[in-house]
Amino acid sequence: MSAVEVHETVKRYGAVAALDRVTLRVAEGEFFGLLGPSGSGKTTLLRAIAGFVMPESGEIRIDGQRIETVPVHKRGIGMVFQNYALFPHLSVFDNIAFGLQVRGIAKAEITERVAEALRLVRLSGLEERRPRQLSGGQQQRVALARALVTRPKVLLLDEPLGALDKRLRQEMQVELKQIQRTVGITTLFVTHDQEEALTLCDRIAILSEGRLMQIGPPAQVYEHPQSRFAAEFLGEANLFCGSVERGAAAGGKVRTTAGVAVESALPPPDGEAILAVRPEKIQLVDPAKDAPARANRVEGRILRSIYSGSSIAYRIEIPGQELTVFEQNRAAAPRDAGAAVTLFWAPEHSIWVTP
Amino acid sequence: MAPILLRSVLVLVLIFLYLPLGVMAVMAFNQSPLYAMPMVFDTIWFERLAGNERLVGAGLNSLAIALANTAIATALGTMAALAFQRYRFRGATLLQILLLPPITIPWLIIGTAMLVLFFWTGIGRGLHAILLGHVALSLPYVIVVVGARLRSFGVTLEEAAATLGAGPWTTFRRVTLPVIAPGVVAAALFAFAVSFDQFVISYFLAPPGVSTLPVEIYSAIRKGFTPEINAISTVIILVSMGLMLAVARFYRFGGER
Repeated sequence: MSAVEVHETVKRYGAVAALDRVTLRVAEGEFFGLLGPSGSGKTTLLRAIAGFVMPESGEIRIDGQRIETVPVHKRGIGMVFQNYALFPHLSVFDNIAFGLQVRGIAKAEITERVAEALRLVRLSGLEERRPRQLSGGQQQRVALARALVTRPKVLLLDEPLGALDKRLRQEMQVELKQIQRTVGITTLFVTHDQEEALTLCDRIAILSEGRLMQIGPPAQVYEHPQSRFAAEFLGEANLFCGSVERGAAAGGKVRTTAGVAVESALPPPDGEAILAVRPEKIQLVDPAKDAPARANRVEGRILRSIYSGSSIAYRIEIPGQELTVFEQNRAAAPRDAGAAVTLFWAPEHSIWVTP
Repeated sequence: MAPILLRSVLVLVLIFLYLPLGVMAVMAFNQSPLYAMPMVFDTIWFERLAGNERLVGAGLNSLAIALANTAIATALGTMAALAFQRYRFRGATLLQILLLPPITIPWLIIGTAMLVLFFWTGIGRGLHAILLGHVALSLPYVIVVVGARLRSFGVTLEEAAATLGAGPWTTFRRVTLPVIAPGVVAAALFAFAVSFDQFVISYFLAPPGVSTLPVEIYSAIRKGFTPEINAISTVIILVSMGLMLAVARFYRFGGER
C-alpha cells in the first residue's frame, strides 16, 4: 500500500493546459476519484501517474519516491483501461498470468495466484476462455484481476465501468468497492459519472480545464461545493446571483435584481459570491399552507414536470428566474403545470459559491 | 433476375481465371508436345523437367530470392510500420506518402531506373542486385498491410502490457507480434509473391548465365515452347495454392485467429 502525491504538476498540449499546477495527495488504501468533464485533465493526470504522459514540471511521488523518470513497466502500478485492453490472443488464465510471467515468477506460484485472483473477481472456471467469449462484465473482472494479481502499489482505473450498461454498472460498482476494500489498495478512479464517483470514492477531486477545483469526501463536496462549477457539475444547483448582504448574525443574504431575497445560515465569503441550493433541498407546499419559520420562502408557478418514477423534477418560475425542484413521488399525481406553489428551504441549505 | 446475372458474372470470372490454369495443368500430362488430341496421359514432361538444369536452376534461384526477400522485406517492413504507427518523428507523413508511388509506377520504369543506378554505383547485376530490387519493391506492400493491422489495434494493448511490467521488447514479442501476426503473414505472402512473380526487374538485373524462373520461362517461350513449362507451372500452381490455403486455414484474414 502506498500513498500517491502530485505536486504542482503541469502538462500543456500546445497552448492548452491539460494540467495546470495540480497538487493533491492520495492516502494509503484510499479510493480516490478524479471527476470532471471531458478535457478537464483527469485522464491526463491518471496517465501521468501511470507514466504515459510526461509532465513538464512538478513532482509525482509514489511511496515518497519521485517517479517521473521511471518507465511505465517499472512503476509497480496496476491499471484497468476503459475498453479493458485484454490481450485477444491469450486465454483468461494467460491474460492474468502475463504480469507474473514477465516477472519470472515460478509456474506453481503463478497458477496459485491466478486462481486466487479469479476467486477474488468470482470468475473461477473460466480460465481457458478467450476474451471475446466473455460478456462485458466478465471482461471487466478479468481486467481487474490482471491488474491486481501483480500486487501493484497503486491501482489506476480509467473509466472502467463506462462501457457497461446501467444495471451491470451498478452491480460492478458494488463489487469494485468490495474488492478494493478487501485488497486495501490505493486506488485512483477516473470518471465523468458524478453518481459513480459519489457512490464509490472515499474522496473526490473535481477538475476543470486542468485545474483542481475542489477535493473532499463525496458528501462534503456535494453539500458544500466551493465554486459554481463544482455545484453545477456534481449534481444540479439553483443559483441566486445579486447583491450580497452580510447579516447581523452569522449568516448572509443575496438579493436578486428581481427582488428575491435568499438567506444563508453561513457567512458570505469575501469578494463576489452567489448562493447555490440543491433541487432536492427545496420543498413545495400549496400557497395556502404555511411554511416553517426561519425558512427561505418564495412564491412560484409550475412550468412543467419531468416524471422519473421515484421522484419528479419540476421546473418552477419565480420572479426573475427559473428553479429546478426535485420532489419525492408521494402524491397520487404530479402537480399540474401552471399551478401556484410556495417554495421553502432552510437557510443552511443555501451554500455560498464563487462565480 | 439479378441473382442469375450476378451468378453468371461470378461463373465467367472463375472460368477466365481458372480455365487457362486448368488447361495448362492438363497439358502438362499430355504426351504430345503439340497439344494434340486425343490426349495421351504421360509424365514425360516432368521427367524432362527434372533433367532440365537451366529451368530447375532458375526455379531454385527464384525460390531462394523469394524466400530471402520475404524474410528481409517482412522484417524491415514490420519495423517501419511500427515506427509509423507508434512514434512521431520528423518527416513521418512525407515518408508515408512516398511509400505509395512505387506501387503505381510501372515496374518497367523502376527496373530501368534500378539498372541505371546499380550500374552507376557499381552494385552491378546479379542475384544480389535482383534481391535488392525485390526488397525495395515489396517493402511498401508490407508496410501498408502491417500498418493497417497495427492501426486497428491501437496502442492500448501495448500500454496495458507496460503497466503489467513488460519492457518494450517483451511487449513486442508477447503482445504486439502475436496480435499483428495475421497481418505479418499476409504481408509476407505479398512479399513472396511480388518477388516470385517478378519478371521485369529480374530480367534487367540478371547478368548473362543467371536467371530466375519468370525470366527463364520468358526466354524459353521465345526459343520454342515445350510442355516442360507446363510441368513447372503446374508444380508452382500447386505449391502456391497449397500455401495460400494453409495460411487461410490458420488465419481468417482481417479477423482474429
